Amino acid sequence: MGCKTPPEIGGMGHSIKRKEDARFLQGKGKYIDDFKLPGMLYMDIVRSPFAYAKIKNINTEKATKIPGVLAVITGETLKGFNLHWMPTIMSDTQMVLPVDTVMYQSQEVAAVIATDRYTAADGAAAVEVEYEPMNPIMTPFRAMEADAPVLRTDKAGKKDNHIWHWEVGDRKSTDQAFDGAEVVVKEDIYIPRIHVASIETCGCVADYNKVENKLTVYMTTQAPHAIRTVFALVAGHIGLTEEKIRIISPDIGGGFGGKVPVYPGYVIAVAASVVIGKPVKWIEDRMENLQADSFARDYHITAEVAADKQGKMQALRIKTIADHGYTDAAANPSKFPAGLFSIVTGSYDFPVAFAEMDAYYTNKPPGGVAYRCSFRVTEAVHAIERMVDVLALKLKTDPASLRIKNFIQPDQFPYHSALGWEYDSGNYEAALKKAMDIIGYDKLRKEQADKRKKGELMGIGISSFTEIVGAGNSKHFDILGLKMFDSCEIRIHPTGKAIARFGTKSQGQGHETTYAQIIAEELGLPADHILVEEGDTDTAPYGLGTYASRSTPTAGAAAAKAARKIRDKARKIAAHLLEVSEDDLEWDINKFYVKGAPDKAKTIQEIAFAAYTNHPPGMEAGFEAVSYYDPPNLTFPFGSYICVVDIDKGTGEVKVRRFVAVDDCGNIINPMIVEGQIHGGLTMGLAPALYEEMIYDADGNCISASFLDYLLPTAVETPRWETDKTCTPSPHHPIGAKGVGESATVGAPPAIANAVVDALSHLGVTHIDIPITPPKVWAILKDKGVVS
Amino acid sequence: MAKHNITVTVNGEKHTADVEPRMLLVHFIREVLSLTGTHIGCDTSNCGACTVLLNGKSVKSCTVFAVQANGKAIMTIEGIATNSGLHPLQEGFHQEHGLQCGFCTPGMIMRAHEFLGKNPNPSEEEIRWGISGNLCRCTGYVNIVKSIQYAANKMKGAA
Repeated sequence: MGCKTPPEIGGMGHSIKRKEDARFLQGKGKYIDDFKLPGMLYMDIVRSPFAYAKIKNINTEKATKIPGVLAVITGETLKGFNLHWMPTIMSDTQMVLPVDTVMYQSQEVAAVIATDRYTAADGAAAVEVEYEPMNPIMTPFRAMEADAPVLRTDKAGKKDNHIWHWEVGDRKSTDQAFDGAEVVVKEDIYIPRIHVASIETCGCVADYNKVENKLTVYMTTQAPHAIRTVFALVAGHIGLTEEKIRIISPDIGGGFGGKVPVYPGYVIAVAASVVIGKPVKWIEDRMENLQADSFARDYHITAEVAADKQGKMQALRIKTIADHGYTDAAANPSKFPAGLFSIVTGSYDFPVAFAEMDAYYTNKPPGGVAYRCSFRVTEAVHAIERMVDVLALKLKTDPASLRIKNFIQPDQFPYHSALGWEYDSGNYEAALKKAMDIIGYDKLRKEQADKRKKGELMGIGISSFTEIVGAGNSKHFDILGLKMFDSCEIRIHPTGKAIARFGTKSQGQGHETTYAQIIAEELGLPADHILVEEGDTDTAPYGLGTYASRSTPTAGAAAAKAARKIRDKARKIAAHLLEVSEDDLEWDINKFYVKGAPDKAKTIQEIAFAAYTNHPPGMEAGFEAVSYYDPPNLTFPFGSYICVVDIDKGTGEVKVRRFVAVDDCGNIINPMIVEGQIHGGLTMGLAPALYEEMIYDADGNCISASFLDYLLPTAVETPRWETDKTCTPSPHHPIGAKGVGESATVGAPPAIANAVVDALSHLGVTHIDIPITPPKVWAILKDKGVVS
Repeated sequence: MAKHNITVTVNGEKHTADVEPRMLLVHFIREVLSLTGTHIGCDTSNCGACTVLLNGKSVKSCTVFAVQANGKAIMTIEGIATNSGLHPLQEGFHQEHGLQCGFCTPGMIMRAHEFLGKNPNPSEEEIRWGISGNLCRCTGYVNIVKSIQYAANKMKGAA
């Protein structure tokens, strides 16, 4: 895409350097733990060592005697204010602090408020809790057994551990297609529980001002406005109504979905500040963060594909068991308990499909959130991309050719999928062929054949994913009833400089730069002259926040729409200044000129000045606009990834030799930032494919509770990503963009898993669950007699 | 708890304070000196967000007690720019888009600072091993490597 604006304006398509960098590079970012308010107190949390236990007694005596400890808050304390329970995003309920039972290891049991963080920790260590441990339920398969104890005894009349059943598609015609199919493949695929593990943990400073009855909460949240409304709904009965609540989301050290939910710690800190009347800071340590915050995934999938002998896929059937932990605290739009999992037909033209899912309670921490993905899309993409390879193995055909044979074709868009989505645009074959050309696919297959003869293990894996992002249109998408629009308000000052505020919240995506570029594109103001602000609910227009790659599809669209409203007013002002009719004017980059007389023109800056100094009679002064954008549809970014791995037979270690990613996110605002998003996303795809898993033992102990055991990739394991792109604009988005933050996280894991299976396929291996760790590979090699 | 009097030189400025023997250096830097550019990302010395220079050597300040820094010189992210402008590493991270959320960045830069001092002409592989004690969740490291290469080239030019 060529750039319409010159570099000094810096509109769409320019790789301008980021405006937010200056403060981060000089240690002047303002993250949650950097806030230090006068008189601020610190909170530390006592957590349960057991996964399932009765609380017999909580003795706070020793803790309260420690000098500097001001209060110990328990479930009983909160019960006095009716604040010991809270709703989850999925309209389930969750304990803030327990009164009688703990339901997962590391659950919050009590909170200690003290004058500094060391004393608060001393206080937490001195709280004595007497437990009566019970046998926990650690898998959904145990939870569904008839003799399993009912975990949610708090729910009147609850007789089992089943949460919900969800299904989509045509069961009958899918079953018929399977009954008559020439070829059927089936595989059990577990997508394990993982954790976003942003390098900054979660935390807040709750600051209740008794005199003004105003609560300000500085907190690590991806959705400040929604949080404000939830707080008002929960705390309205104690006098905290919505105008009295201000949420400030400062610089966020990575979000990835983990900073969408309301965790008990936030609520306890708020309650403590309201009761004590002083600011209270709560910052998780890493072990708390990994053990207690919302997990992602934990889906047990059984997938089946029916096809003819030539490899044309005819039907897809999916059954999934979801482990939600102690409560359904998933962060999904209300009408989608399984998120957007129904994108599971992927990039392929399935005539029929059927998917169903059952969710269960267990004694694991509640969730789940995304892990840098749009509501369960990664699970769906992993299932379909693995199954295409399983089918290719069965048919002894090349996985690239099989994909090309089954892709939805460019002329089929807008495409209606068998599970109910309308894909906006795509050209899947072009992306795959580009990736194959870059990596030299045919040559690699020859190399693999030669190596196999020599007994060396090398694999090539493909993933041709389709994403579904940008939630979403108000007809289908809401969170607790709040429609999932997003917003932008632009104010242009008399001197032609601007401030723009948004309902979203950047966590590293670079909104301060890219949003300014969208406005620069539409109005011709230099991006450098546009200050972007997010995260303060007292000043920003209402929005649902940043997750699910929704910022560009929703708030980015709102920026373009608001800018266009300003341009409409600019036309009227320009006509007045140039003494011509509005119809005689043409817009060009940053000015209106008179048709046929290009030297008779008024720049956007001249028009801005006139809006305050010389506006037309009958027109209101000022130069600003706000837009609340309700997208007509979601957007469907896509791409094709190819991965080459080598396996060390001695250790079972998988080494990613090359990884080519061809992405299509429609029109691009800032190529440098898009590439950075893809690099990061790929690394968060590599992580669960090879390294990361939250593991629990049968007693409910989390054994991946720190970075010693939960392995994030370092620069050494991470390959040098090779990226390229195709560009298929979204036809319904105002600037043709689709969103890109999560594509790579979604697309990468099956490419890596497919490469490893490909390396071992001649041994009869058809599937390996991720993470594909050295012990897993080595066990297979031993089992197959490759090593002894 | 009994306190110890310590004197440290931080970014060229001398500070004296009474601290508990258990106080971590990172808390001393962040909370006593209010230099919040040094971050905390884990409790186990894995992430490197808290990396500072202690007598020129990069250390994870969550794993050093403040009393251990007594009499020593500390350099943090706030101290590496000069009156003539940003340090080549700060410039490199900006030019090569080596940061996103910015949380790991100060630690990454302080680690690279010591690394380039010892190895002014590193290969890509050496850089990757050199920063392997610092975790980044956003960038995928490719641009961090380029940022350090940018700084290495610039520092060579200046030498």
